[in-house]
Amino acid sequence: MLELEFNDSVLTAHLKGELDHHTAAVIRKKIDSKAEMLKPRTLELDYSGVQFMDSSGIGLIMGRYRQMSLMGGEVKVTNVPPHLKKIFSLSGIETLGVIK
Amino acid sequence: MKIINEVKLSFPAKSANESFARATVSAFCMQLDPTISQLADIKTSVSEAVTNCIVHGYKHQSGTIYINMKIVEPETLIVRIRDKGCGIEDIEKAMEPMFTTAGDERAGLGFAVMQSFMDSVRVSSTPSKGTTVTLKKRLSQDDN
Repeated sequence: MLELEFNDSVLTAHLKGELDHHTAAVIRKKIDSKAEMLKPRTLELDYSGVQFMDSSGIGLIMGRYRQMSLMGGEVKVTNVPPHLKKIFSLSGIETLGVIK
Repeated sequence: MKIINEVKLSFPAKSANESFARATVSAFCMQLDPTISQLADIKTSVSEAVTNCIVHGYKHQSGTIYINMKIVEPETLIVRIRDKGCGIEDIEKAMEPMFTTAGDERAGLGFAVMQSFMDSVRVSSTPSKGTTVTLKKRLSQDDN
């Protein structure tokens, strides 16, 4: 579901499997508690291992974006696989400038 | 409208059942030989509708979600997802993209996703009685 890695003030969350309202709640708690402890400059959300997601996967980004802004950090979303492009583009999340 | 096949199921409104619901609908529509992308559209839409029942209909309290799935001619899937929760006061407002009453972690995209991923979405709701969402998608191979 989630693997966390911390290097050079970058906290990377490798998301895996299915991302819905149920799993997003668990993942969110784990990321937030780690981020609060480590105070990273950048939170990277790596979507390469996400096989399925609904709009909870977008909500997860919006929520982390707010959290990191409050802490003076930034969010980067990386490796969005082709099968998730449809929901990403529908959401308009690109306008936040976090998709790398 | 000739019904080729029909399955009904009901389950508790627990978030752990979101994956069960979308996997079941996806298994049911396999008999129409959908493409991978059509299957992803259906799973995503069902996931949104079931999440709405849990988060909005029942507000994270206990309740039952009812799904009725049908295959009708010509090669069309109809999925009706119903809760007996609080209902929606203003359906038009609820269906606006980015509108949400559920706080910072919800994107407010549920209905926008359903409308964009399915051929049609119908919502009927009565305050304090519940909400029914009917999703329809034609799965003929020529429409890919």
